[in-house]
Amino acid sequence: MKKIINILEEIRPDIDFKRSTDFIDNGILDSLDIVALVSDLEEVYSILIDGTDIIPENFNSLEAIKKLVVGYGEAI
Amino acid sequence: MNLIFKDKKISGILSVIPENEVKFDDEIENYNFAKKKSLKLKKLMGYDRHRIAKEGTCVSDLCIYGLDYLFDKGLLNKEEIDALILITQTPDYFIPPTSNIIQGKLGLKQDIMCVDINQGCAGYLIGLMQAFDLLEHESIRKVVLINSDILSKKISNKDRNMYPLIGDAAAITIVERNKVKSNIYANLKMDGSRSNALIIPAGGLKTPSTIETAQLEMDEDGNYRSKDNLKMDGQEVFNFVLVDVPPLIDSLLGFAGTTKDSVDYFMFHQPNKFMLKKLADKMKVSYEKMPNNIVENFGNSSGATIPVNITFNLGTKLLEKSYTTCLAGFGAGLTCSSMLLTIGGLDFCEIIEF
Repeated sequence: MKKIINILEEIRPDIDFKRSTDFIDNGILDSLDIVALVSDLEEVYSILIDGTDIIPENFNSLEAIKKLVVGYGEAI
Repeated sequence: MNLIFKDKKISGILSVIPENEVKFDDEIENYNFAKKKSLKLKKLMGYDRHRIAKEGTCVSDLCIYGLDYLFDKGLLNKEEIDALILITQTPDYFIPPTSNIIQGKLGLKQDIMCVDINQGCAGYLIGLMQAFDLLEHESIRKVVLINSDILSKKISNKDRNMYPLIGDAAAITIVERNKVKSNIYANLKMDGSRSNALIIPAGGLKTPSTIETAQLEMDEDGNYRSKDNLKMDGQEVFNFVLVDVPPLIDSLLGFAGTTKDSVDYFMFHQPNKFMLKKLADKMKVSYEKMPNNIVENFGNSSGATIPVNITFNLGTKLLEKSYTTCLAGFGAGLTCSSMLLTIGGLDFCEIIEF
């Protein structure tokens, strides 16, 4: 989970992601943040995230992002 | 809906782009972005430089300039034009149609069909289908299809989601009957229930423009735009493309009795680099066969991006050789359409600057 938090903090250094929830619903991450996040997750975990998985629900919390990455066969 | 068009061809394509080139790096201060984030998105989304028409330039100006170029070069004869189809979302006026204005200013014959069609990013394919249909009539031998938009004037330059992507252009395509027996396969899908995903809320009769509609307001992403500006639900459009386009292409190729491996090029509408790469990955098509470089070079010019894509990436190759080409356009409406045809042996295929 540390890698995911590091990636998120690079994108939004002003946010404490360990204490935050509902990243999309609360406007913490916008659509272009998701683009950057997808790109960084792909690079760090050597995965290719299918475009149909790029939906708000998959990026709304640390658990959701972890589940997405694990779903591509990568250990967190 | 599956369609077959028989014995028709494209015989020339000319793209007209404004000479005014603006770089993303020079516009960064307009956006509510941290600079580091801007530079990262530049690479991912394909922001780099875009062509923006100078103030006062209208669609008819780009179209007339392009047609005059073809007349001067002897590539098109005024008397030959039996129909003029203009696909635009940014007409010179509500009334009269801009195609009529073009006809009048160029002194084209009056024995001609002129029609404006309001379509966006799928507009090249919609226009081609209309051209093919008109050519069924014995008296119509040559159709000039023009796709042109000056959307830079309808998008807030403080909208970081949209303004960096946009570009202005016109593209002129000559469509004729093909002496060689041939089939062009096409399909399309319309979903008006999601029409609000791409909308200019004010300026039509539903919500006329006022001093209030012209006020800039900040959205939840930190973009500033007014109700007179184009607004896009990025998530909705992204999902529409990634979910609806791949099966549309599979259906087209199945209908045509062929496979992706038999297609030389996938010349698709160019929304942004990220979306196109994801689409290519999903379709298992190489980036070489599906170019994604138009936004970074010229900007997304709506219905004109497909012909700009063809003229920029294939250019003079199409004068000598022919290629099995799959076109696809997707956008406002929401509309998506795809087409399989052979393009080649063109009389011209080039880009000029206005």
